[in-house]
Amino acid sequence: MQRLIFAALSGALFGAGLLVSGMVDTVKVQGWLDVFGAWDPTLAFVMGGAIVPMFIAWRVAERRKTAVLGTPIPAKPAQRLDRNLVIGSLMFGAGWGLVGLCPGPALAAAFLNGSSGLIFLVAMLAAMVATPALRRAMP
Amino acid sequence: MLQQDWIWGLIGGLMIGSAGALFLLMNGRIMGASGIIGGLVDGSGRGNWGERLAFLAGLVLFPPVLAGLYQTVDTRLTDNVWLLAAAGLLVGFGTRLANGCTSGHGVCGISRLSWRGLAATMVYIAAGGVIVLLFRHWLGVI
Repeated sequence: MQRLIFAALSGALFGAGLLVSGMVDTVKVQGWLDVFGAWDPTLAFVMGGAIVPMFIAWRVAERRKTAVLGTPIPAKPAQRLDRNLVIGSLMFGAGWGLVGLCPGPALAAAFLNGSSGLIFLVAMLAAMVATPALRRAMP
Repeated sequence: MLQQDWIWGLIGGLMIGSAGALFLLMNGRIMGASGIIGGLVDGSGRGNWGERLAFLAGLVLFPPVLAGLYQTVDTRLTDNVWLLAAAGLLVGFGTRLANGCTSGHGVCGISRLSWRGLAATMVYIAAGGVIVLLFRHWLGVI
């Protein structure tokens, strides 16, 4: 039960942060990517602000080895730049630029984006369901 | 950018990072939006589905409550169905192939000094920049 409460609290705080920071505004997000137009640097402040508490948390977590509720701290993945990381990030960035939505804000604004947001979410979830099959089909 | 936008960006960013810190230190989980929902829908996260669902409930339900409290929020999302569908598919496939998105690779990866996270972040920002250049300034469709 404690795990569920802290998970819900964390999700709520994440969503609140996305709302307060302005990152649910898709035009602001596209503005960050629009280096050759009316560039909007807000996202850099959001990312910078988010990295500070997270940096401290990682230092604490790696010393403790175990989270407060008993789960081991996840091991750092092998630092290898494989093909899927690059291809996947290229695809993700392209979709992000097209409409200004990434998974966090798309979920946080699920009830604020109207039917347009629903179309995006359905497509995103369908692709997520299909990805294991795509991985197997890739040479 | 309005003058106070960067302050709200910074405050919101600190909240996002604190949420990630809470999830890591209490639950021992990495706060990556695409991983949390992806593992739920493709079945790979069956072992801790309750935790995932609780996180998503907070993420989906709290912002509209908060938004209703102080102002109406205009997300200015396009209503072009083709763009929305294409973008959704690209984001879904892309984040699951790369094992992370802005929260997982960007916030949680870079703060752990993970080169993978930093590399992924540079690649998706560059790709997004090229797409905005192409579709906004050359084709004029976004």
